[in-house]
Parts: sequence; C-alpha cells; structure tokens
Amino acid sequence: MTYPVIAYPDDLEIFRKRITAEKVSRKQILLCMTGCRALGAEEVGKAFHEKLRMAGLEEEFEIIETGCHGQCSRAPVLLIEPEHFLYGGVSPDDVDEIIEKTLKGGLPVARLCADADGNTTADPDELPFFQHQSKEVLKNCGRVDPRKLESAVAAGAYQAAARALTKMSPEEIIDEVLNSGLRGRGGAGFLTGQKWRFCRRAEGEQKYLICNADEGDPGAFMDRALLEGNPHQIIEGMIIAAFAIGASRGFIYVRAEYPIAVEHITIASEQARACGLLGKNIFGSGFSFDIEIRMGAGAFVCGEETALIASLEGERGMPSPRPPFPAVKGFKGMPTNINNVETLANVPLIIEKGKTWFSAIGTPDGRGTKIFALAGKVINTGLVEVPLGATLRRIVFDIGGGIPGGRTFKAAQIGGPSGGCIPDEFLDLPLDYESVKELGAIIGSGGLIVMDDRTCMVDMARFFLDFVQKESCGKCVPCRVGTQHMVNLLTDICSGRGRPGDIKKLEDLSGVVKKGSLCGLGQTAPNPVLTTIRYFRKEYEAHINDGRCPAGVCKNLIEYSIIAEACRACGKCIKVCSVDAIRGEKKTPHIINPALCIRCGECMDVCPFDAVAVK
Amino acid sequence: MPKTQSPAIDLGPAEKILSEMKNTEPDSLIPILQKLQEAYGYLPVPVLKWVSGQTGIPTSRMHGVITFYTQFHTKPHGRHTVRICEGTACHVKGSPRISERISKELEIEPGATTKDMRFTFEIVACMGTCFLAPVMMVDEDYYGQLKPDKIKSILEKYE
Ligand SMILES: Cc1cc2nc3c(=O)[nH]c(=O)nc-3n(C[C@H](O)[C@H](O)[C@H](O)COP(=O)(O)O)c2cc1C
Ligand code: FES
Repeated sequence: MTYPVIAYPDDLEIFRKRITAEKVSRKQILLCMTGCRALGAEEVGKAFHEKLRMAGLEEEFEIIETGCHGQCSRAPVLLIEPEHFLYGGVSPDDVDEIIEKTLKGGLPVARLCADADGNTTADPDELPFFQHQSKEVLKNCGRVDPRKLESAVAAGAYQAAARALTKMSPEEIIDEVLNSGLRGRGGAGFLTGQKWRFCRRAEGEQKYLICNADEGDPGAFMDRALLEGNPHQIIEGMIIAAFAIGASRGFIYVRAEYPIAVEHITIASEQARACGLLGKNIFGSGFSFDIEIRMGAGAFVCGEETALIASLEGERGMPSPRPPFPAVKGFKGMPTNINNVETLANVPLIIEKGKTWFSAIGTPDGRGTKIFALAGKVINTGLVEVPLGATLRRIVFDIGGGIPGGRTFKAAQIGGPSGGCIPDEFLDLPLDYESVKELGAIIGSGGLIVMDDRTCMVDMARFFLDFVQKESCGKCVPCRVGTQHMVNLLTDICSGRGRPGDIKKLEDLSGVVKKGSLCGLGQTAPNPVLTTIRYFRKEYEAHINDGRCPAGVCKNLIEYSIIAEACRACGKCIKVCSVDAIRGEKKTPHIINPALCIRCGECMDVCPFDAVAVK
Repeated sequence: MPKTQSPAIDLGPAEKILSEMKNTEPDSLIPILQKLQEAYGYLPVPVLKWVSGQTGIPTSRMHGVITFYTQFHTKPHGRHTVRICEGTACHVKGSPRISERISKELEIEPGATTKDMRFTFEIVACMGTCFLAPVMMVDEDYYGQLKPDKIKSILEKYE
C-alpha cells in the first residue's frame, strides 16, 4: 500500500476512511507471528498461505500476522473472526481441518480449543484466562498487523496524537496525564505528568525523549509484546509526550535480545516518517519530532536512567549520582525525559478517553491497568492485563489457572531483581504500588514468577543476588563488594556451609548495600533477600541449623530415594538417570545409590507413581 | 592514522558500514560496533584500529565499551551459538540442570567455544519467551520446555 502524506488531522481521517472503504469484509485468520514464532507459527502461516492458494481461496480469507494474543502457554495461537474462535497448539497438520471445518463450515475444531485448564470452549471471552482480565493497553495487540500502518490506523492509531497536537496545549496535556494518575510502569512508579512537567520547565535549547525498552527484568516480556504487537501505539505515545515536554528528538533504547521488537519498531518508525507523522511540522502543528532506534548491548544496568543515557552517548553504561536528574541534565547535558514502553502505551488512551475514564480504573494509589508477565510454576503462562489493585489470587488462580501438577502455591516473585517474594498469606491483598512496597517488593515492570512448594527460597535469593552481582557495573563499592559478600553467604547456606549468625549478617549487609549504593540497582538489590528472610526465615534456618533444604533443591542438602511401596518397577527412572545410579529388576522396587546420584531430580520428574522422594 | 591493516582481514565491510552511517561521532560508537560485529561475526582488532583512524574514536575507548557490554567479543565465535536462558522463569523451571547438561555434552563451560569451532555456549538472562521456560536458542531457533535428555538430539542437528 502506498501511504499518503498526512499533513493535517483531516488527512488522517481521510486515510482511515479510505482503508475502511477499501476493506472487503472477509473471514480473518489472526495468527500471532511474534512470541509464537518460537513454537512454529511461521510454518503454520506458510501452510495457510499454501493451502488457501491451492484451493483458490486466497481472496476469500485474509491471513493477518499479528502480535501476542496473551495466552502464550498455548502457542502457536490464532484467532478466527468473525467466528471468534481461539485455537492453540496449532501445527501445519491442522490447517486442512481448520480450512474445511471452520473457514468453510463455521464450526470449531474442538481439539484446538482445549486449554491447559481443561476448558474446551472456542470463544476466548468464555475462558477464565480472558474473563478476569481488562485489556486496555493490550487491546489491539493480537488484532492489528504490526507491520502495517494501515492496520493500526484502521484501529484508531494516531487520532489521539492528532487531537493532542492540534487541540491541546502542552500544559493541558501534562495536566490531563498528571490528573489521570498515570504512574511509571518501568520501575519506580513516579507520576508521569509530574516528570513531564519537570522536563518541560527545565532550561535547555534541545530536549530529548527516551523510550526505555531495555526490559531488563529476567522474567518480564510485556514491553517486548507491545513493541512487537502494536509499535505504532508506542510511537504515538512518544509523539504526544515529546510535544508535551517540548522535545524534538527521541530515542528508543531496545534490548538486542528482542530482534522482532527491533524489526517491528523500525518498520513502524519508517512508515510514520514516510507519512509525515514523524519529522517536521507534525499534523500542521508546527511541532517537529523524530526518533532514532538504538539497540542495547547486553547490560542490565543500562535500564537505569543515567546508565542508559551514558550508553546512548557511546560510553560504558555507568550510572551517575542524581541529582542532577535527567529532566534537568540528561542526554548531552540537556533536559531529558525517560519513560518505559508500557507507560507510553497508556498515553494515547488517556488522551483519547480522558483522565476521568482512566482514573476510574484501579485504586487511588494506582490508576489504570498493569500488564503482568505471568510465568514460572503456573498453568496459564502469558501476558495478563488487570486493573491495578487486582489480587494475586485473581492473577495466579483465576487467570493463571493455579499451579500445575497438583502442587501448592508458595510465593510469587514480583518486580524482578529489585522486587521480592510474596507468600500465600497475601494472596488476597490488592496489588498496587504502595501495598506491594509495604510487603518489601515492588510492582516494578510487572514480571510475576510463580513458585510452588518445590522452589527453594534461599536458592531464589541466591539466584537474584548472583544476577545483580554479575550485572553490577562496579562503580560504587557497596554494590560491587557488598553484593559479592551476600552471594558468598547465600552460596554457603545453599551448599550446607551456613553458620548461625549468617541471617543477621545478610540483614546487616542488606542495610549497607541499600543505603550506600549509587543507583537503583544496588539500592534495591537486597530486596529478594530481605523478603525471603522476612517470610521464609524457617527455610533459611533449616538450611543453616539442620542441614536440610525443605524444598528439595539445594543439592548438597538433599537425598533422593525410592519409596518401595509406591514403586511399580516400571524402569522409567532407570532409563532417564544419566549416571546409572538407579538399579532394579522387573517387579522389584528400584533403588537409588546415593554415592552415584548427582541429585538432578530427573527420576522424580519422570516417575508416574510419585515413588521418588527427596529429603 | 595507524596503518595496521592485516592482510588477512578484509576492510571492505567496515568501509561500507562507516560510509552508510549518517553519524560516526563518538556517541554512535555502540551502533558502529554492533554493525561491525554483525558483519565480521566478532570484533577483529585490526578492524577496530582502522575504524579508530577513520572516526577519531580512540581504541582505548572502544575497548572500554567492548569489555563493559556482554554482547561484544573480540574472538571469533563458533559456527553455532547455543544460548541457554537463566532468567527467573527458566531458573524456577530447572534451567541450571539444562546448562549442566549442555556443558557436559559440549565439554565446555559457559562462555567458551568448542575446539572444533562448532559451538559457542552462552548463558543469557531472559529472551522474553518465559512461557516456554526453560528455553534455549541455537542460532535463531528456539527450543522450549526443555528436559536434559533432549539436549543431545538438539545439538546433533547442528554441524
Ligand atoms: C538497575 C535498573 C534497571 C532498570 N531497568 C529498567 C528497564 O529495563 N526498563 C524500564 O523501563 N525501566 C527500568 N528501570 C527504571 C528506570 O530507571 C526508569 O525509572 C524508568 O524507565 C522510568 O520510566 P517510567 O517513569 O515510565 O517508569 C531500571 C532501573 C534500575 C535501577
Ligand atoms: S526467564 Fe527465560 S526466557 Fe524469560
């Protein structure tokens, strides 16, 4: 499609009408071609194209390659409209049947409807996974073709920007966003409107806007999904934000680990530029703004604002003390505003629907929705959008379907390396910025990893400390040395060398690292340790005092054995054992030789009769 | 301008990269290095020296940046890159067991390259496909919901 020049808001409306008029009403196959690519979506797409062509049906049905539908545990996922059937686990072999039964016959293919919860309905709106969500920010993700501007425009893209730039003053926009109550979705949860105002009022001949798409929390993937699934929404948010603060140049700093996100946001920005939605005199408002896309180079600390700026300047990504805040002195010493992807994705919605609409969602402390990346020991993994103030129970059980394998919920880790573990006693607490902070965690980016009774909390604390230790840039001593001491203590505890007093030492060190570190990385690094001590002290004590890992994870502290009464001598464990530590004949219970056993746990996973015990 | 052109290394790709970039100021150092690495597979020192001469960015600054970011490497990689995720979701779902198995199969530790240059083995923190945990990538291919006993057959596919 050739794109028109969009010089004024009317041009956008004409373009939108043209797209709608040219659009023939056809059945649509909306196939996720982003996250689902990891499980073969490309092959499924190819099969559809080929088979429809061979049957001469290409004109009748439209294959739309979309972003994420959210229910990633069922990948590859596709939605068929107008039937509104959601299929998961689709392979190229299913394509013939889908064409015959659904596209031609209008009937669902039952086999592809079953989700991990045991639901068999074709209509996603009837699945608890979707019923308990409120999709606002993600609404068009999975609906539009992220590589086509016309698809986004047909869904309403850039209308909010047109309005903001031609009908509102920058101060009015800032007021609207401030009074909506939108808080940053990237970490600290600062009021977005306030941040914009600081930057607008700062002195400087050139101002910059940066979209933080570094998504460093290992376990979060909502920014990835937004960039991949609806990149024009982010560009639109950036145009509005840049106009509000008076920035004429912008950057999107995106993780190199996200090649599809890089590709889609690059295509989208080229399209926007080609139409005049980026560049000089946008919408005839006299305001000019353009965006450059930069890839990260694999450093977690570069998600921190001052480190990110150093990285954009071509330096080592070292943070610097604040103040001066980037709003005053940022990129190249000029006033700079940094917002997270999801924050910016909220902006067009606020302009379009208004602050009153927005602030009616959520709690007084946290307005609007939040996207959580649900993963770990939970049945339905994927992206979940709920109003702030939703409970953990709603997310993990109503939406997530609970814990697989009949095991029990132990804790949810929220907020990544800066966050903490929340135990089951808080399942019914409404999650918003302050309530989570009181528990010692943070909402952070919204990574939410579910843990069951076979997750060791001391091992988790060690995992996070090890992560931040490796990612510490080394500039300040409390973070560089303090986290190393903490890792050593935790490693000792996990390997059976813990000593009485270690918990106290960890707590003391935590205090020093929190207070003394230069940037947010060190200041929040002890959180996973402090929350696990707070809620799971007994587990630490079992490691230290009794040489026991109650969850059966820490290798030096556990022993596997086979319960003779439960063993049916099926031989599965013998086959799977990579060190030949299991012996047994037909009809006689098998036995593990502890001297050979490397405690990998494979036998336990494979045993159909729960006959392998760990203690 | 240092004249340290190694006869073994073709500067053509580097020339092309610099000529195509609008901005070769020091603030573009990271994009420059990323493009060079994409073209050469790694960052050969003679190329860096040549680029330094062209752009005026000191090699010392380049090395500072290269050593800071895990993405950059100055030694050639194997023909295939195996990346195992040790992000939170993958850790909880047992990725340490998977990386132990990869190490055992390839007889190298994470970060190293096999002697025959067939594989480089890397650990990364989250590929954004946590729903597939535990996940690994070989080159551009994803493998999810891994079990240690699947590793051997996956690696065998790559020559
Ligand atoms: C160590 C560290 C890593 C961070 N990583 C990210 C990140 O990957 N993405 C992000 O948006 N914010 C990250 N932040 C938070 C940012 O510094 C910053 O607060 C945020 O981008 C501001 O945007 P917001 O106000 O829209 O949330 C990180 C902070 C720290 C201290
Ligand atoms: S934690 Fe492994 S892909 Fe996210």
